[in-house]
Order: sequence, then structure tokens, then C-alpha cells
Amino acid sequence: MRRYVAGRLLLMIPTLVGVAILTFVIMRAVPGDIVALKYAGSPVPQSVIDEERHQLGLDKPMWAQFTDWMGEIARFDLGTSLWTGHSVVEEIEVRFPLSLELAIIATLLAVLIAIPLGVVAAVKQDTWVDYAIRVFSIGGLAMPSFWIGLLMVLATITLFGWAPPLVFTAITDDPIANLSQMILPALSVGYRYSAVSMRMTRSTVLDVLREDYVRTARAKGVRESIVVMRHALRNALLPVITVVSLEFAFLIGGLVVTEQVFNLNGIGKLLVDAVAHRDYTLIQALVLLLAAVFVLINFVVDMVYVVLDPRIRYS
Amino acid sequence: MTQIATTAVRDSDEVAKRRYLESTGPRRFARFWAEFIRRRPLGTAGAVLIIVMVVTAALADRIAPYDPTAFNFADLLQGPSLQHLLGTDPFGRDVFTRIVYGSRTALLVGFTASFVGCTLGLVLGVVGAYLGGRVDQLIQRLMDVLLSFPLIVIAIAVVAALGTGEGKIGNVIAAITVPIIPRVARVVRSSALSIVNMPYIEATRAVGSGAVRIMFRHIAPNVFAPYLIMLTAFLGQAILLEASLSFLGLGVFEPTPSWGLMLRGAGMQFLEQAPWLAIAPGVAISMAVFGFNLFGDSLRDALDPRLRTA
Repeated sequence: MRRYVAGRLLLMIPTLVGVAILTFVIMRAVPGDIVALKYAGSPVPQSVIDEERHQLGLDKPMWAQFTDWMGEIARFDLGTSLWTGHSVVEEIEVRFPLSLELAIIATLLAVLIAIPLGVVAAVKQDTWVDYAIRVFSIGGLAMPSFWIGLLMVLATITLFGWAPPLVFTAITDDPIANLSQMILPALSVGYRYSAVSMRMTRSTVLDVLREDYVRTARAKGVRESIVVMRHALRNALLPVITVVSLEFAFLIGGLVVTEQVFNLNGIGKLLVDAVAHRDYTLIQALVLLLAAVFVLINFVVDMVYVVLDPRIRYS
Repeated sequence: MTQIATTAVRDSDEVAKRRYLESTGPRRFARFWAEFIRRRPLGTAGAVLIIVMVVTAALADRIAPYDPTAFNFADLLQGPSLQHLLGTDPFGRDVFTRIVYGSRTALLVGFTASFVGCTLGLVLGVVGAYLGGRVDQLIQRLMDVLLSFPLIVIAIAVVAALGTGEGKIGNVIAAITVPIIPRVARVVRSSALSIVNMPYIEATRAVGSGAVRIMFRHIAPNVFAPYLIMLTAFLGQAILLEASLSFLGLGVFEPTPSWGLMLRGAGMQFLEQAPWLAIAPGVAISMAVFGFNLFGDSLRDALDPRLRTA
């Protein structure tokens, strides 16, 4: 087991190095660097541009820039943003709590919607209840979450005359103001992501309900509600946990469009801005961070499996 | 006595011929769909939505009452009326017309991205499963790398690398294609792995078939069911992704009519004043994706009940 854990942790390194190389290459392939973009259209002598490139280290050969960056990463130094001049850690620190909070609330809402609906759909398989729940969930997959968000804003404006505030309030400052700001984006995202987990719940519960031990439980006279909740659901939850946690990992960086709609200054918006500015250090750090979060969560899920299901042993 | 025998033979010949015809070709195809319509009402509803969308795209210039790009400053931000079924945008363009033409953009981007992405995924998955060893390892690691980002983040990166602008719709398609590849490759690889060691593959090899022939004549057709299912599923996803990218200003550019783009500018800006600008394109996107998802779901159940992709 210990060897397995060590091996898995080591295997993360090549994946993350691959991510680093890929982002580095893609970003350098983008025409126009930050200096060219900054002085676009203004009559600045070439010497000034060259000087600035030199200061930012952009005149070094590609491989030297890459090894420099890898050296910094190895020392846990993410560098400074080319655009703002602040350290990348600072830039991320400001936005991360917001993105994390949104991801947590959205995931909680998604689970609260998905698991009960999934179980009901499975128990009532092929009845109108099942069809209605499935249409509801496929609808969640079909509607862009940013559009659901737009409609929610529209509804609150017309019904209550309330518009999402322009300034973000941290949960530590004023929990109620913070939550009222987060609930709509979290709902619009949570509904969409509940669809995936709901479908997973439905199909695994269906599988488990056909198992011998479920028949045994019924045969010995256990009440149906207990059969479903205790015998079926508990054993069906494992794949659902995987889906939910992978979604959670995606939600941290993937809410680019929703953040735009609700005017939230999170990691997704930071990424789009960084791409627009060709802020190489910031983009590279962000992408690497998101990939690391994703790979780590993947790993944690596998470890949680061992705890939840004693039959699973890694060696 | 002899006569009876010959009739009997003739009869069974007929029966065999009829059985054969029913088991292959157009008749089997027709039977499959008859069964599909009878047993899968949701999938049929999805198919109807898809057909409506394809017909709309094909006949856009007949259906749409106005020119999708012509400005009309006499009719700015008009509400829905008989002249303008879904109202007009801040340039006086008819929203209904732009929705109708937008179906062309959505289908073009969705179909091309999904088809190219799924086909490349199919090739990588089959090649990896058949060749195994280092090649497989390399492909898998590369796919792992691509899978460790949210879809939209890769798409943004690719769009940024290739550049955006008017008439660069190909770059948008490429950006949507890239994240589809690893997702398909992974599923195809696992289905192909179960085929690679089957006796008939060994037999083909014994007869002297080359690797390419085995991979594409003997393995690929047997992973066609998951391929087809993913093709429809990713078509919906690709339409959604195009809408998201256009909404962010990283996708299709004006004056091309695109549903996501319609939500971006005017939809957001005039949300209170002209809500129809935000509602209509969203409904169009949702119906399109809804159709492909419903159809894809039922197709999966019909073709391969064991395969499950959440």
C-alpha cells in the first residue's frame, strides 16, 4: 500500500511536467508577446521595446526561459506577473477563496439535487417519474450555465428589483451578503453539474438493485425504503463520489463564463485576462496549479475508496 | 415423393433468403429505427429536434424573413411583434433571422469539431490498444495531460495560440476539437483492448494481414458503436462550447450570426431593456444540445447497453 501511494505520487510528476511543457509551448506560439501588446500602435522606439523584453527575460532563447521557469518551480517560486508586476502568488491569493467557495457551494447543491433524484429515478425506472427526472437532468446538461445565470439575474431584477452587487464581500466580512451574492451563480452551476451525478446515481443504483444481496434483503422482509437507502444506495455511491469530486476539481478553474456573467473576480476570469495580456508567467502558473489540483483530487479519491470500500486493496 | 422433397427445399431456400435480407442491409436498418421509435420516445423526440435544426440550417435563406447582417436603424431594439417575431437587436437586425442563420454556425462548428475530434480519438485509441508498449504509454500520457484541464481552459489556450477574428472560424473549430480527442481516445482504447486478444485477430494475423489492415479493417469497425455514441454526445458539447467561447469573445466574430455571440453583447447589455435578446439565443442553444443529448442517450441504450459514460 505504501509503495502504491508513493508510486502514484511519483507518477504525478511526469503528467505535470507534460502540462508545463504543453502550456509553455502553446503560449509561446501565440503571436505577439506582452511587450508588443503593451506598445501596440504607440510610436515607441525599438530600443525601448528591446530593453523591456530584456528586463522581462523574453529575449532569452526558449529553452533557457523554460529551464529558468522549471528551476523556479522546483524552488516553489511562481514568479511575478508580467502585466501587474505583483507576485503570482498574490494575484492568485486574492481570487482563490472566491473560486473555491463557489465550487464548494455549487458541488453541495449539485449533490443535494442529484442523489435524491437519481435514487427516485432508479426506483421508478421507466415510469413517467423517471422520464420527468431524466428530462430535467438532460435539460441541465443542455442549457449553458451562464444562460441559466442570465435568466436568474433577469428574474431577480424584474421580480424583486435586485441586481447582483458589483463589489465582492468576503464570507469572513459579512456571511449573509456573501452568500446572497454566491447563491445564484452556485445554483446555475450546481444545476448543470447535478445532471451528470444524477445520471451516474441512477445507473449505479439500477445496477445494485439487481444484486443478489438486495434480493436477499427483500426476501428476509426488510422494508423497501431501508433496502434502497442502506443496501442499494450505500453500495452505489462509490462511482458517484468519483464523478462529484472530478467535477469539483473542474469547477475551481472552469467557471470562466459564469464568473463573467455574475461579475465575479475569480480564477477563471484571471485566466482569461492573463491570456488576453499574454502574461506568460501568470498563465503558466495558473494552468499548472489547476492541473495539480485536478491530479491531486484524483489521487485523494482513489485513496478515499480504500476507506469506503474495504474490498478495494491497492498493491 | 421427389416432388415433395424439392418443394421443401425450395421453401427453406426462400425462408433463408428472407432471413438473410432481414438481417442485413436496408431492411435491418429500417427495423432498427422502427424499434427505436417504438421503444424510445425520448430519443425520438431528440431526433425530431435534430431534424428540425438541420432543415432550418439547410433552408435558412428561405425561412428567414430578413438579411441576417443588414443594419436597420429605423427598428432598433424592437420588442417581439408580427414584423419581427423575436424582436430586433441594437443594430435593428431581426433576431429570428439571426437565430435561423445561427443554426448554420452551430451545426458547422459542432459537426466538424465532433467528427474530427472523435475520428482522431478513434485512431489514437485503436493504435494505442493494438500496438501497446511504448507507443501506447506515450499516447496515454499525452491524453492524461490533455485531460487534466477543464475543457474550456484548453479551448481558450488553443484559440489564443491560433488567434481569433473575423473569418477565423476554423481556429474556433480546432480549439473545440482538441479537448474532445483524449476523451474519445480513452473510451475507444478500453473497448479496443478487449478485442485485440480475440482469436479472430490472431487468425487475421496468421493469414498475413499487416498491422494497419488489422487495426482499421478488423478492430475499428468493432468499436464503431461507442464512436457513434460519442459523436452525437460531443456534437451537443461542441455546440455548447462554441456558445461559451463566443460568449467570452474568443469564438465566432461579428457579423457571423452565432447564438453565443448574440448572448454576449446585446444579451448582457440590454438584459432589462430587451430581455428577448437574452432569451431567444439561449433557448436555441438549449434545444439544439437537448436534441443531441436525448438522441445520443437513447442511441447508447439501443446500441450498447453495457457502455456507460456519465
